[in-house]
Amino acid sequence: MKKIFYQKSILPGYGLSLGITWLYLSLIVLLPLSTLYIKVFTGSLDEFISAVFSLRALKAYEVSFGLSFVSACINSLFGFLVAWVIVRYKIPFKGFWDALIDLPFALPTAVAGITLTWLYGPQGWIGSFLEAHGFKVVFTPIGIAIAMIFVSFPFAVRTIEPVLKDLDPEVEESARCLGASRWKIFQKVIFPTILPSLLTGFTLSFARSMGEYGSVIFIAGNQPLKTEIAPLLIVMRLEEYDYYGSASISVFLLTVSFVLLLCLNFIQFWNRRYLGTI
Amino acid sequence: MKLKKIFMFSFRFILVFIALCFLVLFLVIPLFVVFYNAFSKGIGMYWGNITREETIEAIFLTLKILIVVLPLNTIFGIACAWYITKYKFRGKKLLLTFLDLPFTVSPVVAGTVFVLLFSVNGLLGGIVEKMNIQIIFAFPGMVLATIFITFPFVARELIPIMEEQGQEMEEAGRMLGARTWQILLKITLPNIRWALFYGMVLCSARCVGEFGAVSVVSGHIRGKTITIPLEVEILYNEYNLVGAFGVASLLCIIGLISLIFRKWIEKRDPQNLYRQIHRYGD
Amino acid sequence: MFIFCLILFLSTLSAFSETIELLNVSYDPTRELYKEINKKFSEKWGKEYGINVNIKMSHGGSGKQARSVLEGLEADVVSLALAYDIDMIAKMRSLLPLDWQKKLPDNSCPYTSTIVFLVRKGNPKNIKSWDDLARADVEVITPNPKTSGGARWCYLACWGYVYRKGGTEQAREFVKKVYKNVPVLDTGARGSTNTFLQGIGDVLLSWENEAFLAMKETQNALEIVPPEVSILAEPPVAVIEKYAEKHKTKEIARAYLEFLYTDEAQEIIVKNHYRCSNPAIFEKYRSEFASIKLFHLEEIYPGGWEEVHKIHFSDGGIFDQIMLERK
Repeated sequence: MKKIFYQKSILPGYGLSLGITWLYLSLIVLLPLSTLYIKVFTGSLDEFISAVFSLRALKAYEVSFGLSFVSACINSLFGFLVAWVIVRYKIPFKGFWDALIDLPFALPTAVAGITLTWLYGPQGWIGSFLEAHGFKVVFTPIGIAIAMIFVSFPFAVRTIEPVLKDLDPEVEESARCLGASRWKIFQKVIFPTILPSLLTGFTLSFARSMGEYGSVIFIAGNQPLKTEIAPLLIVMRLEEYDYYGSASISVFLLTVSFVLLLCLNFIQFWNRRYLGTI
Repeated sequence: MKLKKIFMFSFRFILVFIALCFLVLFLVIPLFVVFYNAFSKGIGMYWGNITREETIEAIFLTLKILIVVLPLNTIFGIACAWYITKYKFRGKKLLLTFLDLPFTVSPVVAGTVFVLLFSVNGLLGGIVEKMNIQIIFAFPGMVLATIFITFPFVARELIPIMEEQGQEMEEAGRMLGARTWQILLKITLPNIRWALFYGMVLCSARCVGEFGAVSVVSGHIRGKTITIPLEVEILYNEYNLVGAFGVASLLCIIGLISLIFRKWIEKRDPQNLYRQIHRYGD
Repeated sequence: MFIFCLILFLSTLSAFSETIELLNVSYDPTRELYKEINKKFSEKWGKEYGINVNIKMSHGGSGKQARSVLEGLEADVVSLALAYDIDMIAKMRSLLPLDWQKKLPDNSCPYTSTIVFLVRKGNPKNIKSWDDLARADVEVITPNPKTSGGARWCYLACWGYVYRKGGTEQAREFVKKVYKNVPVLDTGARGSTNTFLQGIGDVLLSWENEAFLAMKETQNALEIVPPEVSILAEPPVAVIEKYAEKHKTKEIARAYLEFLYTDEAQEIIVKNHYRCSNPAIFEKYRSEFASIKLFHLEEIYPGGWEEVHKIHFSDGGIFDQIMLERK
């Protein structure tokens, strides 16, 4: 019976590590998350649908998903560019730029929020310049997108960078010898190799942007139907005493997160098959 | 031919230029803004802002949360990494998916979950009230929410390395009659020490900076359930922009230290860090 | 780092001398007021009884704060923006008696305030009265009445202005027009003020005291425009008896609230631009407040907050309808 679940190992501590892992995970993650689902199942299906797909909620998803998509696209593009430049070219202060990319991981989101709001606000450096040209960033969807780009940027770079580093120069050289142009090499050799990691980066950065709260609420203006993001709506529902609504939207977002994680696993699986073994 | 070379050079130049512009615009300037604003009223004012009673209380509380969260997450991280890398069992994939959860779940959902669970009308609210302990709007709730957000950081750093290193050394140790704790202390831990250390640094940085989840479960009581990021928000709401950026600069410094630390480890142990960067790419 | 640890250490040590801790859960714009009041009160008790009173504050939108108390935030004292929120605490969890409002003088309101307009220097959009807020070229900033008490007073002031002249239908049309001009609905009054200070909107509907504070913050880059008519906003205070009993702080919590009615505290209240309840002291500082015709909530809704909530702010109430229609 036991053999089906795990292969016996000579190393001790199986029971202990198993116990700690699952106990901790159950107490901290599984039990709390299951309450969310239990709470939602106390209502009828109609209630659930009207809570999850109310006009305000739909608009909030539109803002959240739409802008996350935009920022994930921009991040993939610039993430690739930055990774390319850092891996391939000689640039001054490479170590500095490289460390800098992780800044959004290290910077608390609230700090990012007030900083970006100030910077792009009417009295900030960039904001005052844009305002003079009739361009408003703070409290508009553009502002939200900027905050999302900021917090999820490292995901895009850090997933592409190692694959670019790993690229075998011999493949490119032999392609060159066979007379392929640079563009052709990029198109046929480089791009297919990094495509899976590009997709991984895209998904991660999308997921992160979608869930982002701390930095966005400062810059969003939080106007229902217009600049209200889905995580904020969860908080608003709580503040309006609407526990069920809050739980329902949480469940919806959580499910989307799970689906994204599955996508990630799938991409990684596909990637392994695609490239053979790495 | 020469023309082509010039073209390639300028193409390269433009790429580098765009990339660096992007980095400056999105990363360097915001970082600079924090310190610029923090010191905009002079260094005396800055010092005054970060040594105010409320700020110190916030720092104190944040450290208290860290002291509870960090050891728990470290123990979990070591156990979990050991469990995942040393044995073959079913459900490993599922477990790894759970470890990715905090990267994709909104922190707000994390906070909401604990409110639904422990508020007076919540699932466990009755029990909690009977036992006369306060969980949400108090220290335990904030610890729980922080753990939810930070639990996989240590494990995530350890798994790739322990996988890489295999288990021959441990097995050899076992053959020679070493006890469990001897294997752990004398063989495994020295091998993974840098990754472990770095995981703890990452976990601490995230723990100190967490805003969304903690904000939902904190009762926002000044001097009691206010962490450093929440203090930043309060100061910001009190029109004290300079103060808010002053406190924010403390968080920035913590963040920068973790970045420098990362570079430092990379130099000592390039192979390991390379592995952990690799994890999403492969 | 060492000095820092030392400070932390000392601050914990000092916490061991005899202290009573009170938690006052309050709404947004009272931050500055209670900072002063608490200091005075602690000094007084320290001197008279040798007891160290440490009053902790929690601020946020009034509705949100009431919710926190309902969910288990153990406040000894609440000082919220409107009676309805405290009623909810009394009704839903009986943490205090239903007739709590009779326990202290003046309906448990040691201070009142009203809603005024705050505009940019020179009043560029020439906003003079409520009617101007409905103009298509004006952007109005006000918080969300669903979460903020101040926003409810704003909404009702706006509503009452037309309702007293014309009735429900007209008022509904008018309020709809005004809320169509609102680009940002923050969760609390303080959030709205911050939004306005960031340069968004032409006019801020604001607590009178908050408006004064914002003027001070911006070194008079803003102007207060008093409307001809506005609502008398009555933010009440109450002891949350069940929690106070649990913490054995009932006496001191009550004394704390009674302190608000003393001349000393009333002076502080006026200085923070609230209209204090003591008529003599208010007369003394009368010139600092604009003369606005104030109407009571009960004049438009005799049933009080219960009725208001049912008609306007419940799910699917008039406010919800307006927000949906304005799209």
